Amino acid sequence: MSLDTVSMAQINPDMVQPFAELGLKPDEYARIKEILGRRPTSSELAMYSVMWSEHCSYKSSKVHLKQFGDKAVKSDALLVGIGENAGVVDVGQGYAVTFKIESHNHPSFIEPYQGAATGIGGIVRDILTMGARPIAVMDPLRFGPADAPDTKRVLPGIVAGVGGYGNCLGLPNIGGEVVFDESYLGNPLVNALCIGVMKHSDIKLAKAAGAGNLVVLYGAKTGGDGIGGVSVLASETFESKGPAKRPAVQVGDPFVEKVLIECSLEIFAEDLVVGIQDLGGAGLSCATSELASGGSGGMKVQLDKVPLRDPSLSPEEILMSESQERMCAIVEPSKIARFLEICEKWDVTVTVIGEVTDGSHLEITWNGQLIVDVPPRTVAHDGPVYTRPFAQPAYIEKAAQEILSLPIPSTKDEIKATVLQLAAAPNLADKSWITDQYDRYVQGNSIQTQPDDSGMVRIDEETHLGVAVATDANANWSYLNPYEGAKLALAEAARNIATAGAKPLAVTNCLNFGSPEDPGVMWQFAETVRGLADGCLEMGLPVTGGNVSFYNQTGSVAILPTPVIGVLGVIDDVRTRTPMSFDRAGLELYLLGETNDDLAGSEWAYMHNQRGGVAPLADLQREMRLIELLVAGRTKKIFAAAHDLSQGGLSATLTEMVLRHNTGASIQLNNVGMTLLSETPGRVVVAVEPDQVGALTEEAQSQKIALTKIGVTGGDALVINSASIPLTELRLAHTQTFPKLFG
Amino acid sequence: MAKIVVDVMLKPEILDPQGKAVAAALPRLGFTFAKDVRQGKRFEIEVDGEPTQAQLAEVEKAAEKLLSNPVIENFTVRVEK
Repeated sequence: MSLDTVSMAQINPDMVQPFAELGLKPDEYARIKEILGRRPTSSELAMYSVMWSEHCSYKSSKVHLKQFGDKAVKSDALLVGIGENAGVVDVGQGYAVTFKIESHNHPSFIEPYQGAATGIGGIVRDILTMGARPIAVMDPLRFGPADAPDTKRVLPGIVAGVGGYGNCLGLPNIGGEVVFDESYLGNPLVNALCIGVMKHSDIKLAKAAGAGNLVVLYGAKTGGDGIGGVSVLASETFESKGPAKRPAVQVGDPFVEKVLIECSLEIFAEDLVVGIQDLGGAGLSCATSELASGGSGGMKVQLDKVPLRDPSLSPEEILMSESQERMCAIVEPSKIARFLEICEKWDVTVTVIGEVTDGSHLEITWNGQLIVDVPPRTVAHDGPVYTRPFAQPAYIEKAAQEILSLPIPSTKDEIKATVLQLAAAPNLADKSWITDQYDRYVQGNSIQTQPDDSGMVRIDEETHLGVAVATDANANWSYLNPYEGAKLALAEAARNIATAGAKPLAVTNCLNFGSPEDPGVMWQFAETVRGLADGCLEMGLPVTGGNVSFYNQTGSVAILPTPVIGVLGVIDDVRTRTPMSFDRAGLELYLLGETNDDLAGSEWAYMHNQRGGVAPLADLQREMRLIELLVAGRTKKIFAAAHDLSQGGLSATLTEMVLRHNTGASIQLNNVGMTLLSETPGRVVVAVEPDQVGALTEEAQSQKIALTKIGVTGGDALVINSASIPLTELRLAHTQTFPKLFG
Repeated sequence: MAKIVVDVMLKPEILDPQGKAVAAALPRLGFTFAKDVRQGKRFEIEVDGEPTQAQLAEVEKAAEKLLSNPVIENFTVRVEK
């Protein structure tokens, strides 16, 4: 194919272009023509198509996400908010922490190992781009039924990919989730979160300011990886899989990324860049147009200078390539020599590909011929915005009227069988089979990792300042009531941080949904965003950024609405954290919070294939008082241990607590069956020394949190009323599930 | 006795970090001949007697299902005497 240039586009205005194949709608194509006053060149078409895809432009979600701005929380802690590569939060002592979560769902379905690996690589570069050193990763994962053949294909590959890439980078994996549900069969969710730390003064932004400054591409060479991957993979469902000329799969090289991290941090330390952007989805199209529109708009790029791994690539393909481990920096001419020197030291390929101009257009040439001449904002930010129709789907009313009919254990044998059954359920069973494949302690600063409620890392080795992060979603509740579901996920993530005694500071999110073209799905999404924005406002937690993943569906069946909420908190001294469990006898166990008959959306209901009922309502005022109580309990040294209640209710929480340090407990419960199984939100089990009971009672009263004594620690069994479950038997049930399923 | 050999290579467009590492190491050790290196894997499958067409077809199937990852790799099947 001959080169399509701007002058060709003017000479030959009526050429038929494959906009539909690139995922653009006729009116979107018309809009591009209107913006440019001519037809786009094929390179421009490639750029617009990939940048205006759902994945890059948020065209269906924008109108809803706006609420995060409208309901923004005034927070002194927020240093950089939504819109940059990742939000940045002040955690005190001069430190700033950046964290973000992103999805890599579709690529991980097609090629589990590489899809998951490059998901980690991408989020790590986002954090690096802010000027921070990445210090830990987390990965919330969701799969089809644990015993489904396709789960056996994707789960081991995804887990190996997360571990392979993260371990090679030397980043500890400090937590995440693993959830199984039929709706994720054919649409596994791979969300990846990264945390980075820096000093306040080191924050970097994606902008290309200052005419004459140089545009520098460094890192790996450009190949044919994932060409059109972003738009094709993220904007279309799996039914239409035509033959692709180039592979849609990107392959990552963690060792190149590791070098890129160290090289970039050295460059940042010497203050050699004006602006910086990583190359992720939409590759150079995204990096150049976002950098240019972050500045005054003018930029000239000589595309033929881009170093290629595959010399047969056309300019359109180079613009769309999603080759991994690449960064784009804006460098002042006086600093370029030193920049090149540092890249050479780290053996990183580096090329000056253009410069910032005082014009307002992004101009890209290929061997001297102009092939792109566009206002960059129109590519990066002024994409189409859709107010898609949304309507409450019919199932909502129907589900709410369903009366659950579940067996509630009451006899000794029934209680024992129920606790063992829950302990072995794939969603609640021990996840060591997965987490043992991840390096959890590399760098020596991991304080808490799986199976703790949250991941915690120390960021200052002198003062022991640390941060804690938890991610949560309860898709069953979101399915029944997406507004409340989002608030409940937010509350749970915040509570999971607070059980260790850390104070929640900021929120990130990864919203995984079906097709936005389905009004029912769009309603779930709208309600979720409304719930999350309201919840964050009420709890005073700023949203620092997020990610939306649509089209998670096969045929007409969408996944359960899955808003994964990440909350970051700070703890002034990690040595004083409250551990999740007890390691000695003679402690008293108390349940904080009331237990209602909340079985709708519970694990017990799921295990009995009952998906209806009315989800619990979030009481965020009470959640905030509970968080106050948990933080005070740590600082006043009241608690010996604290552990959150969530999926699997009190049964799962007690199982995890007694197995953690192999110390049993004797529990006495009224209404035993419901108390074990109910998933009423806002509850925590705490262990205290007998002489701290007074202090605990006082704190609980002042925060108006119900307090119930449920038992004492000790022994080699979990005893619940008359049922006694030896720890050995409980451990066997809890730990055998994953090895049995995945070998 | 004959051997059926299956050679598995990453597709040409796919990044090959191992091959790249080898290509970078060669000149460091004084070998300057290589412009590029791609690394793959080779399976040698022993069968009794002369392989039949049916057997080769079976091996093709196995190569697609187990020996290679057809999303990112190509393979060839041949008989070696």
